Amino acid sequence: MLESYSYVFLFSILSVIFVSIVTIVPKLIAPKAIGEKKLTTYECGEEPIGDAWIQFNVRYYLVALLFVAFDVEVFFLIPWAMVFKDLTGLIFWFEIVLFVGILAFALIYAWAKGVFEW
Amino acid sequence: MDLAMIADSIIVKVILSIAGVMIVFTINALFATWLERKVAGHIQLRLGPMEVGFHGVLQGAADGLKLIAKEIITPKGVDKKLFALAPYLAFFPTLLMFVVIPFSDKLQVRDLNIGLLYFFSISCIATIGIFMAGWASNNKYSLMGAVRSIAQSIAYEIPIILSILSVVIITQSLKLSEIVSYQSKFWIVLVQPVAFVVYVISAIAELNRTPFDIPEAESELVAGFHTEYSGMRFAVFFMAEYTNIFLVSAMATTLFLGGWRGPFFPPVVWFFIKTYALVFFIIWVRWAFPRLRPDQLMSFCWKFLTPVALLNLLITTFFMKIF
Repeated sequence: MLESYSYVFLFSILSVIFVSIVTIVPKLIAPKAIGEKKLTTYECGEEPIGDAWIQFNVRYYLVALLFVAFDVEVFFLIPWAMVFKDLTGLIFWFEIVLFVGILAFALIYAWAKGVFEW
Repeated sequence: MDLAMIADSIIVKVILSIAGVMIVFTINALFATWLERKVAGHIQLRLGPMEVGFHGVLQGAADGLKLIAKEIITPKGVDKKLFALAPYLAFFPTLLMFVVIPFSDKLQVRDLNIGLLYFFSISCIATIGIFMAGWASNNKYSLMGAVRSIAQSIAYEIPIILSILSVVIITQSLKLSEIVSYQSKFWIVLVQPVAFVVYVISAIAELNRTPFDIPEAESELVAGFHTEYSGMRFAVFFMAEYTNIFLVSAMATTLFLGGWRGPFFPPVVWFFIKTYALVFFIIWVRWAFPRLRPDQLMSFCWKFLTPVALLNLLITTFFMKIF
């Protein structure tokens, strides 16, 4: 088991090495242009107006909350899916319908509240 | 020491798996970019790249060489550390996801017992890289692209996981080799067509490709989150994107299309035939459909795909309990 995950570790090191090499080699061999203007932020050829780091309405905040709820739901569904064939009787199915139904109700509530409209 | 012992020793295994993954990664990056430009060309009644090699096959290699000889510019407004770190994070999951892909019955780097879960949890890291790139750039277009990318990635994660759950319920395993061996008689797509369609649609959205490419919508956001990236740093994002197309198709092949199984040809050949058929399909979709608006995209996910995937899961389990 540990040996398997050592491969995961190995490949993460490999990816870091790969990106390092391909970004360092151009620094050594690429020609460099001189000038101040090349370092300005791109804004379709105009002088950039102000920072991009300002407050603005993200809109996705409520959607993100909904995502967290559903992600945790899926997280609980995975163990259930793994043992599903061993469970006998429809009662286990109704239990999961109840569980999914509560969250589906949250989705319907958010829908009716207009979270998905903008 | 005889050959079996050499093949068994851990250093040889490590070297072989690294070499194998890097070869598949490189060839795919070159081939997929060429395929994209060629398909785009022919769909638009032009020829696409023709100059480098036979029908432009080596165009990707030529572009790579050109990009290595380009200066990497770090604009003065950016958050320098995050700006340099973002390509690492965007690229990091692509190589890690190769670890569990079963190319054939014997060609698999590691057959983790939670392979499926591992694949989809690792794939989420790329979103952090994309957001980091957009935020660190200090560019309005990049930031907009990054915010949209987050919203889209998290929204489409739900249907993608619900659709793979339907597969898990049938096969009762998260181990990819067991999922493939389950499909020795029939492909799972035959019993789970809805899950397959949901998977492919959400996968295209996760990849940020047209018709779901609002994070990098060229006509409104220049290049989205990688507007400020140049040279090889841009190429890293680009390679990650094309590798992800391959990986998502490879996973669809494994889960729904019987993996490496098939008559006459060796397993590896079947695996690549199926995977590249899906890659071709994803490219075809890009050049055939217009882009959606952000609000259409979000409502399509939450009002249509997620309920459909949930219902599919419940109906599947209901019929499995009845029969």
